[in-house]
Amino acid sequence: MIIIGERINGMFKDIKEAVLNKDPEPIKEWAIKQEQAGAHYLDINTGPTVSKDEQPAVMEWLVTTAQSVSKLPVCIDSTNPIAIEAGLKVAKGKSMINSTTAEQAKMDIYMPMAAKYNAAIIGLAMNEKGVPKTADDRAALAMELVVNADMNGIPMTDLFIDPLALPCNVAQEHAPEVMAALRQIKMLASPAPMTTLGLSNVSQRCTNRPLINRTFMVMCMACGLDSAIVDANDDDLIDAAAAANILLNKDIYCDSYLKTFRQR
Amino acid sequence: MAVNILKDTYKSKVVEVTLGTDDKALKIGGESTLPFLHFEGEMPNKYVLVLEVFDMEQDDWPDNLKAAYADVMNDPVAWAKKCVEYGANMVALRLASVHPDNKDASPEEAAATAKAVADAINVPLLVVGCGVEEKDAAVLEKVAEALAGKNCLLGNATSENYKAITAAAMVHGHNVVSQSPLDINLAKQVNILMTEMGLPTERIVMDTLSGAVGYGIEYAYSIMERARLGTLMGDRMLSMPIIAYVGQETWKAKESKASVEEFPEWGDQVKRSILWEVVTAAALAQAGASIFVLRHPESLKQLKVHLDKLYESNAY
Repeated sequence: MIIIGERINGMFKDIKEAVLNKDPEPIKEWAIKQEQAGAHYLDINTGPTVSKDEQPAVMEWLVTTAQSVSKLPVCIDSTNPIAIEAGLKVAKGKSMINSTTAEQAKMDIYMPMAAKYNAAIIGLAMNEKGVPKTADDRAALAMELVVNADMNGIPMTDLFIDPLALPCNVAQEHAPEVMAALRQIKMLASPAPMTTLGLSNVSQRCTNRPLINRTFMVMCMACGLDSAIVDANDDDLIDAAAAANILLNKDIYCDSYLKTFRQR
Repeated sequence: MAVNILKDTYKSKVVEVTLGTDDKALKIGGESTLPFLHFEGEMPNKYVLVLEVFDMEQDDWPDNLKAAYADVMNDPVAWAKKCVEYGANMVALRLASVHPDNKDASPEEAAATAKAVADAINVPLLVVGCGVEEKDAAVLEKVAEALAGKNCLLGNATSENYKAITAAAMVHGHNVVSQSPLDINLAKQVNILMTEMGLPTERIVMDTLSGAVGYGIEYAYSIMERARLGTLMGDRMLSMPIIAYVGQETWKAKESKASVEEFPEWGDQVKRSILWEVVTAAALAQAGASIFVLRHPESLKQLKVHLDKLYESNAY
């Protein structure tokens, strides 16, 4: 299970202020904290307050600042392709692009970019018509992503398909569709594409969010979820991921399995 | 249509361990592939063939095994030299005399023997206790001290006595065999506990224990294979090189000891006993073992021919 730490995101107040004041300390602090907690990737998002023109420079700064204290690769999170490329240029290690949709115009931009920088890429199973209702429709869009990745020479192990989780209070019927979609995505190619989820979405405006997040994550892991963008400092969530990895026979059991999961 | 060679890519490899010092030093491990798949990874270091020396005479051995060491069996130093003459890359000294049911020799006596053997040979030394965990902890502490700086391999640390042995190895600069009873979960846990004491993974060799052919080898085989797969997928706590105590198991088997008169359908005992040892080792080599502790020099000779062939590259 690949844990993508969500915390370096301008939607959070402390990161937003750090970006405004060019203060590297909160960025560094969260890079270190998330790495220590067991994250494998650091998601980097400039947040909505940065103007489109400033985004590339801010992204570059965020990536270099985070990687100045952490050896983790970054998941460059933006809707602005110029900002993403700016991040890719300075990033160390195997970067991840977050994200493209299955919209042809977007795939034509981001897929070649992933190939050029040898980056992994997250593909959202949606297009200009919005988020699909059913698992079948999600799988159909996932197939578009698979075909386009293949055409650009991106290996399936570098394509992370996100079947899109929606809040379970207002879109409750989506959760089982997401799980069914995950199973189908794993059958689209051999080797199968990877899968991911913006996990915290599932519990937006719900009571006891951590419980919903980790329960859904474990259910999705059983359906073939390989990674998730999560709160890496939610210890109960990381414990659940470690235990699920053991129960799926992905990690070899030992009494210190919670510790070894965090050390990889 | 052309055939594409299917090559798996792995993200990790077996840890490299160095045994002995200076020009005596041997490197083991470092494999970045399944055993002998040279076309998809590296096996940078060769196998190690070890012969055993006991610090007391072995009366119950079959005649063909005794004959190989006829004039040296009551002298561990001469015995060890003989092993090197026979082509052993490393010598294993078994401190059988410290067993409470044998001579119950003291840790100091054992350490003196180990020192004498180590000084007499020009290959690295493995020192193995008697198997009584508490006694071995006391004995190996003294042995570690006597052999300080020689970078030996000390065995065997178990979940019961790893603390004393690990501490002694760290103070005096040795490597440790971590042993677990055919249990991959426990193997991983003992390795974790030892590294948590501060012993680097590069100083640990794993013994998952194995039966001989016909006596449960398939359990060990699958465990070793699982450990190698885990290693290649990035599990650092199972990525230590694997040692196989082959001789101790095969020479216990009836098939190695019984005469042709007793079991005419089994054929000649001399041939059979060597084959039992060679075939057990060859199987465990396929599962991922790289250090083989043998007893008969003829087995060593035959296994060497076999392994040399397997270590030749089959890259496309």
